Amino acid sequence: MHELGITQSILSIALEHAQNAGAVRIKEINLVIGELSSIVDDSVQFYWDMIAKGTIAEGAQLNFKRLPAWLHCNVCGHEFPMNREKFECPECGSDKIVVASGEEFFLESIDVDLAPEAQSE
Amino acid sequence: MSENIPIVENILNANDLIAARNEEQFRAAGLLALNIMASPGGGKTSVILQTIEGLKDAFRLGVMDGDIVPIDLEKIAEMGIPVTLINTGGNCHLDANMVHGALPSMQLDGLDLLIIENVGNLICPAAFKLGVDYNVVIASVPEGDDKPYKYPAMFKGADVLLLNKMDLQEYMDFDVDYFRHGVEVLNPGVAFFPVSCRTGEGIPAWLDWLRERISQKPK
Repeated sequence: MHELGITQSILSIALEHAQNAGAVRIKEINLVIGELSSIVDDSVQFYWDMIAKGTIAEGAQLNFKRLPAWLHCNVCGHEFPMNREKFECPECGSDKIVVASGEEFFLESIDVDLAPEAQSE
Repeated sequence: MSENIPIVENILNANDLIAARNEEQFRAAGLLALNIMASPGGGKTSVILQTIEGLKDAFRLGVMDGDIVPIDLEKIAEMGIPVTLINTGGNCHLDANMVHGALPSMQLDGLDLLIIENVGNLICPAAFKLGVDYNVVIASVPEGDDKPYKYPAMFKGADVLLLNKMDLQEYMDFDVDYFRHGVEVLNPGVAFFPVSCRTGEGIPAWLDWLRERISQKPK
């Protein structure tokens, strides 16, 4: 269950950026997770509800943007989502393919409420 | 007033920073560090024991063990090799910080090769860099030839791949070409050693590869 450590990282990154922006509340956390990063949404949300308690991120909604892993055909250039049974190009049938993307795992943005003084700046 | 604050920060940054510190310590000590990953029962300990047996007369070795049961530790200690248990707290993987915390208990300056045995798991350890020179993944014939397709992240992140229990291939429907193709797509050109820890088949090639890498380390 490595999602606890990961959830702590997400919280600390979010809190740091929220503080810098003068936010008083974090309402939404927008995460991008590639298919090749092994993260379970439900566990992150579960831990979030425990560890964010008492912070300005308490009750924040976690949004997970899941990106499929994409493969690239070195023969015809076709790009296609990974099929977990067969690694071959659906266009030309070649097996000369490589992974183009899918390892993303980052905090894209947060939606916050700003403090009144921060708004007037 | 609401606002969207763009961030785009890698969530594993904190781990990667500590991994870089581990790497620095390994480099300063002039040792080669390996992160050994496999399923439970894939053969991590057997490969480590074979590696110790083959290299202990020529090089100074140390082992850090992230596995849950200290049975493995005793086997390694019996061979006269310094060994440390990394406290994983029942975790599913090692991360850079756990390794970092265990470094003071190992005399790094006296070592040529540090072997870190990760927790038996093909999913979680793939996400966490430890700061080693080589990530070694051990797959085994009885697990099936579809493992690269089912656990692509693990096979994509490997620097060296051992396929263990080759002596069982004649009893199993294991298509080596299908397995290797999956690996090749995820990880073109990765070093590949089919071995059997039971018969010793293929182990010399793995040891030669390792000897060469250890010798290339600047002292």
